Amino acid sequence: MSFVLVQVIIGGLLLGAVYALFSSGLTLVWGMMNIVNFAHGDFVMLGMYVAYVVYTLMGGGPLLGAPLATLVLATLGVVVYFGLIRDIMKGPMLAQILGTFGLALLLRYSVFWWFGANFLSMPPNIVGGTYAFAGLRIEASRLLAGVVALLVTLGLHLLLTRTSLGSKMLAVAEDATAAQLMGIRPDTMQAIAWAIAAGATGLAGALIANFFYIVPTVGETLGIVAFVTVSLGGFGSVPGALVAGLLIGVIESLSGYLIGAIYKDIVVYVLFLFFLWFRPQGLMGKM
Amino acid sequence: MRRWIWLSVVAAFAIAYPLLLSSPFQQRLGALVVLYAIAASAWNIVGGYAGQVSVGHVVFFGCGAYAAMGAYAKFGLSPLFGIPGGIVLAVGLAAIVGVPTLRLSGHYFSMATIAVAETMRLIVTNTEWLGAAVGLSGPTVPRNIFDLSFLSALPYYYLFLAILAITLAITWWMTNSRMGFYLRAIKDSERAARSLGAPASRTKLYAYMLSAALTSVAGALYAMMFGFVDPESGLGILISVKILIMAALGGAGLLFGPLVGAAILVPLEEISNSWLGGKGAGLTFVVYGAIIVLIARFQPGGLLSLLMRRGKPKTDTSKTDTSKTDTEASHAP
Repeated sequence: MSFVLVQVIIGGLLLGAVYALFSSGLTLVWGMMNIVNFAHGDFVMLGMYVAYVVYTLMGGGPLLGAPLATLVLATLGVVVYFGLIRDIMKGPMLAQILGTFGLALLLRYSVFWWFGANFLSMPPNIVGGTYAFAGLRIEASRLLAGVVALLVTLGLHLLLTRTSLGSKMLAVAEDATAAQLMGIRPDTMQAIAWAIAAGATGLAGALIANFFYIVPTVGETLGIVAFVTVSLGGFGSVPGALVAGLLIGVIESLSGYLIGAIYKDIVVYVLFLFFLWFRPQGLMGKM
Repeated sequence: MRRWIWLSVVAAFAIAYPLLLSSPFQQRLGALVVLYAIAASAWNIVGGYAGQVSVGHVVFFGCGAYAAMGAYAKFGLSPLFGIPGGIVLAVGLAAIVGVPTLRLSGHYFSMATIAVAETMRLIVTNTEWLGAAVGLSGPTVPRNIFDLSFLSALPYYYLFLAILAITLAITWWMTNSRMGFYLRAIKDSERAARSLGAPASRTKLYAYMLSAALTSVAGALYAMMFGFVDPESGLGILISVKILIMAALGGAGLLFGPLVGAAILVPLEEISNSWLGGKGAGLTFVVYGAIIVLIARFQPGGLLSLLMRRGKPKTDTSKTDTSKTDTEASHAP
C-alpha cells in the first residue's frame, strides 16, 4: 500500500517536472512582456504532434523527436512574436487576450482538422520498458521526461540569472526604453524570450508524448495547468514555476489515485480558484 | 436623427424577416442569429463595456439551459419556470468567480473563467442526476402553450426578438446610468477612476453579474428551442468562443456590435455545416480562430467601429458643435 503511494508520488514528481518546464516558458513571457499566452497549452500539444509525426514518418524516438519539436516550436514562437505579439502588446487588454486566444483556436482546430479528434498514442516501448527499483516500478519514458525536464528547467534558470543574455533579457523586462538606451535591442530580446518559451513547450510536448494521450484538445487542459503553475509560483519566477509544477504534479497524481482519475483535473482547477481567493500573489512570489 | 431612421429600418426588417424569407431553414437561421445576438450582447456588457474578457461565459449559458430542462425533467414544470432558477444560479456563480478575480489584472479573470467553465463541465458530465454525458431533455410533446415546444421556428424567432429588445434596452439604460459612466472611466484608466472615487471592483462585479443573468436567459431559450441540453451543447468551451467572437467581430463595447457579429457568423457557420457536413466542424473553428487573430491584430474595435470611424468626422463636429451651444445656452442666463 505505502509502496503504491510512493510510486504515485514519484510519478507525480516526474510529470510535475514537465509541467514546470512548459510553465517556465509561460512565466518568462508573462514576466518579461506582461502578456499572457493563451495558446501556451496548444504549443505543448503541437510539440506532442511533432513527436508523433517524427515517430510515424521516420520511426524516430525521442532522441530525434525532442530536438526537432524544440526547434519547430521555437521557430513558431519567433514567427508568432513578430507576426502578432509585437503589435498586440501595445494594444488594449481585449486585443491581447483575443489575439493569443484566437491563435490557440487556430492551432487546435488546424490539428483537429488534419489529424481528426481521435486519441493517438505512441507505442509503449519506444523508450524501453520499465525499471524496477527497490520494489518500485517506473516507466522509462516517464523517468526520461521528468529528468530531462528538470535539468532543462534548472538550465533555463541559470541562463536567466548567470549569463549576459539573461541579464539583457532581464534589463528589457525591467525597462525596455532604458535597455534600448544601453544598446540592447528589446525586439531581439523579446523574440529570443518567445523562442525559449515556445521551445520549452515543444520539448515538454515531445517528452510527454511518449506516455500521454495525444489529442487536439489536450492543450486546453495543459494551458490551464500552466496558468495554475504560474499563478502558484508567482509570475516571472522560474524557480517558483519549478516548485509549483512539482507540487501540482504530486497533487494531481494523488487525487487521481485517491479520489478517481476523472476528478484530478477538477482538483487542480478548484485549487487554482482557491488560490485566487486567498493568495493571488502565489506561494512565494510578489504581485 | 439619421440614427433613428437606421434603427427603425433595421427593426422593421427584423420584424418582417420571417415573413419575407419563410422557408424552415431561413426561419431557423433567423431564430439562431437572434439567439446568439442575445448571448453576445450579454457578453458585451462585461467583455465590451467593462473590458473584462470572460472566456468561460458558457457556464452561465449552461446554468440557464440546465435550469430550464431540469424544471421539466426533474419537477415536471414548464421549462419557463427554470429561468428564474437559472438566473439565481448564474448570478451566484458570477459573484463567486468575480469577487476574487476582478480585483486582479484582467488575465487572471480570463483564465479563472475558463477554469470555472471546465470545472462545471467535468462535474456535470459526471453527475448522474443531471443526466451525465447524455444530458436532459425537454417535453417531447407539448402539454400546453407554456411548454414553449413548437415545431416551427417562427414562434421562437419572435420570442427571441422580444428578449433581444429587452437585453439591448437594459444595456442602453446601463450605459447611460451612473454605472455606465463608471465603467467607461474604469476602462479608460482604472487607477484614475479609483482615485476619483469610482468603486471599480464593485462596478465590474455588477456588470459581470448582469451579464451572467442575461446569458443564462439565452441558455434557457436555447435549450427550449432544441428541446435538450448536454454537457457539450450547454457547457462546452466552444459556445463561449462563439459568443465572444461574435461580440468582438461586430464591435465589443458598442450596443449593436454583437448583432452585426451574430448576423455574419451564424449564417456562415450554418451554411458551412450544411455544405461540409460533419467534417466542417473543425474547419469552422480554424476560420473562427483566424478571424479572432486578425481582429485583434488589425481592428480590435470590431467591424462596426470601422464603419463608425468612416462616418465620424461629420458626426463628431456636429456633436461638439451642439454640445458647445448647449453649454453656452445653459451658461447664458
